[in-house]
Amino acid sequence: MPAAVRLTNVVKRFGALEVLKGVSFEINTGEVVALIGQSGSGKSTALRCINRLEAIQDGSIEACGHRVEDPKLDLRALRRDIGMVFQSYNLFPHMTVAQNIMLALRRVKNMPKDQAYEIAEQVLANVGLSEKIDNYPEQLSGGQQQRVAIARSLAMRPKVMLFDEVTSALDPKLTGEVLRVMEDLARGGMTMIVVTHEMGFAKRAANRVIYMHTGKVWETGGSDILSNPQTPELKEFMAEEL
Amino acid sequence: MLGAFSTNHLFYLLNGLLWTVVLSALAFVLGGIAGFFVMLARVSRFRWLRRTALVYIQIVQGTPLLIQMFLLYFGLGVFGIAVPPLVAAGLGMMVYSSSYLGEIWRGAVESIAKTQFEAAECLGLTRWQALRDVILPQALKIATPPTVGFLVQLVKNTSLASVVGFLELTRAAQVINNSLFQPFLVFGFAALFYFCVCYPLSVWSRSLERKLNAGRR
Repeated sequence: MPAAVRLTNVVKRFGALEVLKGVSFEINTGEVVALIGQSGSGKSTALRCINRLEAIQDGSIEACGHRVEDPKLDLRALRRDIGMVFQSYNLFPHMTVAQNIMLALRRVKNMPKDQAYEIAEQVLANVGLSEKIDNYPEQLSGGQQQRVAIARSLAMRPKVMLFDEVTSALDPKLTGEVLRVMEDLARGGMTMIVVTHEMGFAKRAANRVIYMHTGKVWETGGSDILSNPQTPELKEFMAEEL
Repeated sequence: MLGAFSTNHLFYLLNGLLWTVVLSALAFVLGGIAGFFVMLARVSRFRWLRRTALVYIQIVQGTPLLIQMFLLYFGLGVFGIAVPPLVAAGLGMMVYSSSYLGEIWRGAVESIAKTQFEAAECLGLTRWQALRDVILPQALKIATPPTVGFLVQLVKNTSLASVVGFLELTRAAQVINNSLFQPFLVFGFAALFYFCVCYPLSVWSRSLERKLNAGRR
């Protein structure tokens, strides 16, 4: 089976600062990968490079059959295949939950309104928020907003989902409801790359863990590396996280 | 022999006021359309377009409106292009307001978090769709109070059109004063009329601002 996402010797610089120093990893279709590491290790940047929110300086990225670093890349086609959820939810505050979900369905997929609304109802049911369909984001809790953001992304039927520290802005009580939605998604066979500090989630839901340190892939393996780290850096990182 | 200030003079002034309002509306509508494109250029992906717009803004804001009107009215006349006062004044005011409105609106667009743009783009929306459906509706709310506030400047600055012979309120007052020599009375009336237009606008702008801040709390 071809890899859903493949990074090969990816180098990313912000000015003189080299954030990714030759990062390579592969994610297969249906796999759930947890990308972990200290802040500044480059894990979020690596994620953002995959759907070209950041351009890379060297190396190559292949995602769902797209050559991401190719200047002639069809960006919209890439982003139809890859969904992304952010730490800060990024719901559109001037739109209701339904409108948030329907916008891309209507604009990008040219779907008629009633069909888009049906999909909005379905994806909201999946994240357990059917009754909030006509609310505005500000009327929802952080956890609920993040679940809507996940639903909004799922509505586009992406092949790969990227999660960028999606629970970091939430208090522990609300973190659980978001992680449960993500675990459901993982069980459903979605290909997921999850940048996270939630080691519990990584242990329960991830097929594989990639530990990044100082802009490099430092250690990788099954979720057992979390309890049995091989490198002193991951050992130290795990000690800090616990 | 000095005449007395009569209702005829008052109507003459009111007629001038009417043209002041017409010129202001013209400058706002045309300048608003041009200013929208100035704003688009300023937030464009293309560096040369952003640069060009910036140079335009700096030239317009760095020279007096009065000189711009002279250039349009007398300058074009040198080349045998007869410019009627309304056109010269309207063009000058349009250029002036396009540069200020463009900058006010750019500020509003840029005050919307970049992450909103990213979220829209990650959903597959084009840059234009993201701007139209996500950014501009949010920016509109923020931009309204300063836009209405700018209208006050615009109305007052139409008085400069009097120098190119456009018969608006200030010019009308000059004409009357030239025959009556009662500057305090005549220009006092003119000032009163300007105030009657501008004061409600600034009250409106302030109340919009209060509402905006209340909504954000």
